[in-house]
Amino acid sequence: MPAPAESATPTALPKPAMTRLAAIGLGRFRRASRTERREWLLALILLTPALVMLGLFVAYPFVRGIWLGLLDSVVGREGDFVGLRNYVKLWNDDIFRRAAANTFIYTGFATSLKLTLGMIVALMLNNLIGWKRILRASMLLPWIVPTVLSTLAWKWMFDPTFSIVNWILYHLGFIRLRIDWLGGPVMAMGSVILVNVWRGTPFFAITLLAGLQTINPDVYEAASIDGANPWQRFWRVTWPLLMPVTTVVMLFSVIQTFADFQLVYILTGGGPANSTHLFATYAYQIGVATGKLGEGAAASLAMFPFLFLVVIFQLWYIRRGEGGRGSA
Amino acid sequence: MSRERSKRDGARGIPVPRRAFLKAAAASAGAAALGGIPGILAAGEAPAYPKGTKLHLLTRLNFFPTADKIFLAQAEEFGKQMGVEVQVERIGQNDIVTRTTAAIVAGAGADIIILHNNFPHLVADGLADVSDVAEAIEKEQGGYYDLFRADAYVGSRWLGVPQVALSTAMNYREDWLKEAGVSRFPDTWEELREVGKKLKAMGHPVGQAFGHSENDPNTYSYSLLWSYGGYEVERDGKTVVLDRKGTLEAIKLNNALWKEALDEGGLSWDDSSNNRAFLAGSISITTNGASIYFQARDKFPNIHRVMNHAPHPRGPAGRFYHLPVHSSSVMKHSKNQKLAKEFIRYYMAKEQYGKWFDVMGGYGLMPTKMWHDHPAWTRDPKLTPLRDPIKDARAPGYAGAPSRKASEALTKYIILDMFVKAIQGVTPEEALKWATGELRKIYSA
Repeated sequence: MPAPAESATPTALPKPAMTRLAAIGLGRFRRASRTERREWLLALILLTPALVMLGLFVAYPFVRGIWLGLLDSVVGREGDFVGLRNYVKLWNDDIFRRAAANTFIYTGFATSLKLTLGMIVALMLNNLIGWKRILRASMLLPWIVPTVLSTLAWKWMFDPTFSIVNWILYHLGFIRLRIDWLGGPVMAMGSVILVNVWRGTPFFAITLLAGLQTINPDVYEAASIDGANPWQRFWRVTWPLLMPVTTVVMLFSVIQTFADFQLVYILTGGGPANSTHLFATYAYQIGVATGKLGEGAAASLAMFPFLFLVVIFQLWYIRRGEGGRGSA
Repeated sequence: MSRERSKRDGARGIPVPRRAFLKAAAASAGAAALGGIPGILAAGEAPAYPKGTKLHLLTRLNFFPTADKIFLAQAEEFGKQMGVEVQVERIGQNDIVTRTTAAIVAGAGADIIILHNNFPHLVADGLADVSDVAEAIEKEQGGYYDLFRADAYVGSRWLGVPQVALSTAMNYREDWLKEAGVSRFPDTWEELREVGKKLKAMGHPVGQAFGHSENDPNTYSYSLLWSYGGYEVERDGKTVVLDRKGTLEAIKLNNALWKEALDEGGLSWDDSSNNRAFLAGSISITTNGASIYFQARDKFPNIHRVMNHAPHPRGPAGRFYHLPVHSSSVMKHSKNQKLAKEFIRYYMAKEQYGKWFDVMGGYGLMPTKMWHDHPAWTRDPKLTPLRDPIKDARAPGYAGAPSRKASEALTKYIILDMFVKAIQGVTPEEALKWATGELRKIYSA
């Protein structure tokens, strides 16, 4: 079957080529049976809302963002084209570089911890005999509570004067001086990672649990008969079979964590001394608080190359999986 | 977020006939306001706005619900008399910036937005000229304080009509100062250091927020910097002059205060942390507006009885304040600019503003000098120290204009983080070098 015309890039083609493609499409439509034509029409009708939504709420803001990043636009003024000047300025900005480094640290630690804890919880839930439904439902709570609300609660728990965590640790005799959770650069970063892990672990656990339940118990039985101990069963059976699910969950989480905003904005506002600023919080600070829309857009788009690579890898991995299954 | 609409029928209070309303407004606005409501009165007929005209005002949630009620009643009265619908929408202060940006970019939204600080400078292209209203009020009410002019006068025109500033002072526990053998509040930063040392030893440290939070941390750090003779740029708004002896002394003093007198939790405090700590009896002194005092009056009478206010300590260069300012701006995209200006003129007129200002006594600072002797400042002597900070107030970016560059330095917390870095162990010289470098990048762009 010849490649469909949709896979070409119409805007990149010269006019005669486009006309040729349109003619081919029109020709195929004319040659199609009445039923096929109806199906095409139905497909078009069904696709249109999604295409309009994608165009309005994804494609347009994205293209507009790229364009804004090339302007010296401020609130109320479109601005002039300045090429890559906004990006050069950001490159020379210490705070931006700090925010970039923070974002990688934050994403790296938070995602790794969420995977580890999510896997442990999923394995425990998978082997649980009673209380399954209640435990699964309660475990999801951190994930379904609005981030703003739960983060405000954490902010109170981290309060240097009124922290309930400090109070408990003090009365249990673990500490003699209060811990300033958000006061130092390392502690503040550790604390925001902790909250992110608390919030994100249920997503990992539930998805991995769904993956675990698709593994045939016979495989474990065979491994046990072959003398595999629990660790070997996990490492040689569970882990490889769970890898496709794990990869997809990891990639989704990396994208979400990398672009995180609410949590840091509420807990620290990027402080103390910019030690917890992320791409998104710094972009907001420049673009909205200072009104420099062009620079703000550039700071926000600086995330794009990394996220683009993540998406490319994700699509490649999923296609590879589909190809593998198809050829099997 | 609260959204309240005026009712055309049954506005609160005694119904006022339209003619009487216009006369009263005219009397309070004075002859200087001719062209507004008096102008309408002179014309002998009520203004004609198309049926269904709506006026939308966006403002922050006020600390005083009573003041909000008075403002809303005035909006209702204005709407009723002018035959229009006035919608007053209140949201959190931090969201005002986002909403304003979105409204200007979209060219739609509220007709009037009460902007804070130097935001009229930042969104100047989206605002209408309100010089006629601002100048009429200035003439009638004895002139504006410099800080309001700095924040709302852009280029050669007013882009906001000054409404109110929020005062600040040192909140302190009289009883604990007496216990420490201190008879009066420290007059200088050095004295504060000595007194703070004693208080901290007694278990009552001084409290100060150093986190990334808009008001208190900036109020403190800019005030301390200026009082030691440090400032960001020269009057040209370009030449960065932060790297000077006074700035270094301010950093060193702050380091000493941190080690000897301040509560160690301050690095992660935001605007509300010191309120809670003071009311819980954890700290003895803190920089704040009158909100702690009013909260204490309502809920903590034991603390209310033993607390008081004092001016900021002096440094070698004097005593200074960085105060949040609010101005009423008319949006350029508004189709009701004339009506919007009428409304601002109405609620800023003596009669209306006086009622609003009165219930906020001690919390809000007046934009014009005629309110200096208002009884609100002397009814409770403990609130009197909150009256005069406006005279010594400066806007960030001093000695230049409070421009977008000044705002960038403020929103990036450069001055605050200079002090924080030194607290965290960077030498004062290195912290100063870092802040100077950041300011140069901002001001040279």
